[in-house]
Amino acid sequence: MFSNRERAAFSDGTVKREGQVYKHSTLKYPHRLNFYDRPPLEDVTIEEFETCAIDRLRILAEIESSFVRNRSFEELKTVTNAQCLKYLPLHSSTATSEDLEGERRKDHLGHFILRLAFCRSEELRRRFVKAEITLFRVRYESDDTKEREEFLSSRDFDWIAVDKDEKEKFRRELLAASPNLKAELFEKEKFYKVKWTRVPDLVEKRRVFLKGGWAYVPSREQSSIIFQAFQSSLERALEATARALPRLDEDTRIMPILNNLSQGFLAGVPSEWSGNDGSSANGEAIKAEMIDDLARKHFPLCMKNLHDNLRRDRHMKHYGRLQYGLFLKVLGLSIEEAIAFWRKSFSKITEDKFNKEYRYNVRHSYGLEGKRANYAAKSCQQILMNDQPGPGDSHGCPYRHFSEDNLQSALLAAYSHQGLTSSDLPEIMHAVKSQHYHVACTRVFEITHAGSGVGTVKKGEGVGGGESVTHPNQYAARSRELEKAKIESLGGNDDVPMKGEEGGGDAMVLG
Amino acid sequence: MSTEEVEGVTPEVMLAFYRRLYPFKSIVNWINHEHTPTKLFTHREFALTLERDVYLRYQCFETVEEFKKKVCSLNPTRFEIGPVYSVKPKDKKSARQQAFTPLQRELVFDIDMTDYDTVRTCCKEAGICKRCWAFIAAAVRVLDSSIRDQFGYKHLLWVYSGRRGIHLWISDKEAMELTDEQRKAIVGWIAVIQGGKDMHKKVNVRQGTKPLPPSLQMALEPLVPCFGDLILADQDCFKSDDGWEDLLHLIPDKNIAEILRRKWNKDDGRSSEDKWDDLKSEIKKTDKGSPTRVSLQAAMEDIILQYTYPRIDAEVSKHRNHLLKAPFCVHPKTGRVCVPVDPQLIDDFDPEKVPTVGQLLKELDKVVTTQDMEGAEHHSDWEKTSLKPHVDMLDRHAMALMDQVRRSKRAADLSW
Repeated sequence: MFSNRERAAFSDGTVKREGQVYKHSTLKYPHRLNFYDRPPLEDVTIEEFETCAIDRLRILAEIESSFVRNRSFEELKTVTNAQCLKYLPLHSSTATSEDLEGERRKDHLGHFILRLAFCRSEELRRRFVKAEITLFRVRYESDDTKEREEFLSSRDFDWIAVDKDEKEKFRRELLAASPNLKAELFEKEKFYKVKWTRVPDLVEKRRVFLKGGWAYVPSREQSSIIFQAFQSSLERALEATARALPRLDEDTRIMPILNNLSQGFLAGVPSEWSGNDGSSANGEAIKAEMIDDLARKHFPLCMKNLHDNLRRDRHMKHYGRLQYGLFLKVLGLSIEEAIAFWRKSFSKITEDKFNKEYRYNVRHSYGLEGKRANYAAKSCQQILMNDQPGPGDSHGCPYRHFSEDNLQSALLAAYSHQGLTSSDLPEIMHAVKSQHYHVACTRVFEITHAGSGVGTVKKGEGVGGGESVTHPNQYAARSRELEKAKIESLGGNDDVPMKGEEGGGDAMVLG
Repeated sequence: MSTEEVEGVTPEVMLAFYRRLYPFKSIVNWINHEHTPTKLFTHREFALTLERDVYLRYQCFETVEEFKKKVCSLNPTRFEIGPVYSVKPKDKKSARQQAFTPLQRELVFDIDMTDYDTVRTCCKEAGICKRCWAFIAAAVRVLDSSIRDQFGYKHLLWVYSGRRGIHLWISDKEAMELTDEQRKAIVGWIAVIQGGKDMHKKVNVRQGTKPLPPSLQMALEPLVPCFGDLILADQDCFKSDDGWEDLLHLIPDKNIAEILRRKWNKDDGRSSEDKWDDLKSEIKKTDKGSPTRVSLQAAMEDIILQYTYPRIDAEVSKHRNHLLKAPFCVHPKTGRVCVPVDPQLIDDFDPEKVPTVGQLLKELDKVVTTQDMEGAEHHSDWEKTSLKPHVDMLDRHAMALMDQVRRSKRAADLSW
């Protein structure tokens, strides 16, 4: 099923060098790490095909959602390792009790199947590469040092070790390029020369010394070369696969699986709710089980983020509950439904604990306890300025409180299904960089409600009359209004398929 | 300050310019790297700006003759050169969207005088004079040597943008093939001046007070004398209250800043040179090798960079599919031709001496009447005008590129 062309794409640029260590092993997978140069050439049952893919997809989805959730790399590593252990364990070569060949074969198969599913659009390829390279990085960092050395010497990264004379010649420059390298450790530090184009990340941050097109990479930054090599070979391979894919179109067994896989990934974070889907989103009163669907279609990024966090952690810290709870109250969630919603969401804790610690809290925000104040939902201004989120908090305004990378991932994961693409990002990021967070949010609203006819929004219209977003509830209310108008213009037919229903189905692949 | 609007650049003038003066052949040699047209030319996007701001994108040509014919028939006010696409740009609509991607493109840089408005005192906005050209000259020197030294590129063409800036086109094979990610990396490597107008300190390139990265240390050397001549003496940047207040914002030691503020408030007559000396003598009073002294010395280096280091328009360089005005176009406002500039002689370059299209046509009128060449095709009439040295420069540049391509082709042949 994999074309020769794809294999050819790998073979260029890997001219064997002298001194490279060849491992003549009878093992098919001598290393835990895999650069996936060669496609698997064997028969696979359709069941195995699907399992391998879905199990790997669970891990990649977890990685994506880590970006979305603004997790640090350390947190991401912990979460990913846990997920890997569950669905796709990969033990080191010293672990004799495990089925190493089986584990590695599954890793190998899963990777190549997902390549097929994700090679089809630039957007999918970009996201797949980002998730895969992160997975590779997590595994690389947790690999046994000795085994990693063996893996590295098993392939040619085409770097040139900088000899003593050259190192001495550029001593001053090399030290200045690595401010954290102590002068007394200089003699011990090894440097490798590669063409600068192979380490653009290090060049961009001026973390190497450059001379005549060569980057002098200290051994502590060596992993950059490896990750970049992994990334560029995967990018090339995906493009080759995309070109070869049309020949697969006729296979009626595989295409539906592949379609499902990529859609599941696109749908973003899998929903853990198996509640009744399909309830009408048009009624005024909101029920707890409608919130998943509403979040998908109508919430601004701050609330989507809180919702996804809640679904994932099945818990939420105080300021997050406050920001999200009041928003839901104003959205139209009654106190009974609110209790039901929070109770069900906090599924890790006992009934007793919930009643003692959280029920009061929810009732309080509805003005039924304590000083019985009628609290208003927080405005953008308040969210931006008050109660800055600390580590572990998920409240705040993503446009302001997320790092650039995470914000971009979050936007794509949250709104791709509503038409936002990576080509929209520069404009949004521009607004963010100039600290016009409400402009960015308004632009996202316009993009996700673009189209023609009733119930759509043109650029510049904002949330009505050219107004920009100043309140999360204003965002959600306007979005629902537009949807209602759209449905009514179609004859008020309740049978109009809702995006949420399709999405729900897709997410099941993951869930 | 001088931005005399030159006599009208009318469509008739432009047409005569394209017919008789524009060096189409030299331009094609330069972007094609070979004599016979390759994809570097035939798959290249040209974008033409017509009268009334009609913008015609995705034009491409098979031969020099077709290129010239089309330009003469559409008579654009100017045109731009874009990337080499996987498919001929004019077939964009019929190609599958995924199959239409930019493959190659010169690595380009754009330096514009407007980015220096906060530091220059002689002109504003569109204005440019010989004095503020010194900023551009400093930028050219630094960029030219950095790119050659650090990235090893050899085929650099500097082109005056016709009014108040300069473009750099790099045609080395590796540079042509850079991905957007790599272009972004090179911009990150080069760009130093960052932060908007609410950010006083725009140079943040070191860890704490550690030494500058080696590339910037190298750039700093020629900028130190430049700072003295240009910023202190010529532009007198710290003369005005706003000017020296900006300087004080960049001094990390609050006490020293306060001492200087009091001193300068009292004495209105102190020149920028005096003020810089004041700062230096305050720094000399601190203990040698003390952290305060080290941080102040670092701050002084950063100040020199902030005032003199090249300010590039980063967005232009980051994407393969960015369009940039072709050399030898005429700037519609000034009438000046966008001529190539020798970086070795950048200090002597005077933007006000660049030939205008009107002047060139007048020169040509004289020649033609004396020689009486009626009816003949004027393919290289530029030879008889003051455009000649500039076209010669492009020809020499293109020749070196073609030599390089020929040599590497021969080397490839030998390997068999």
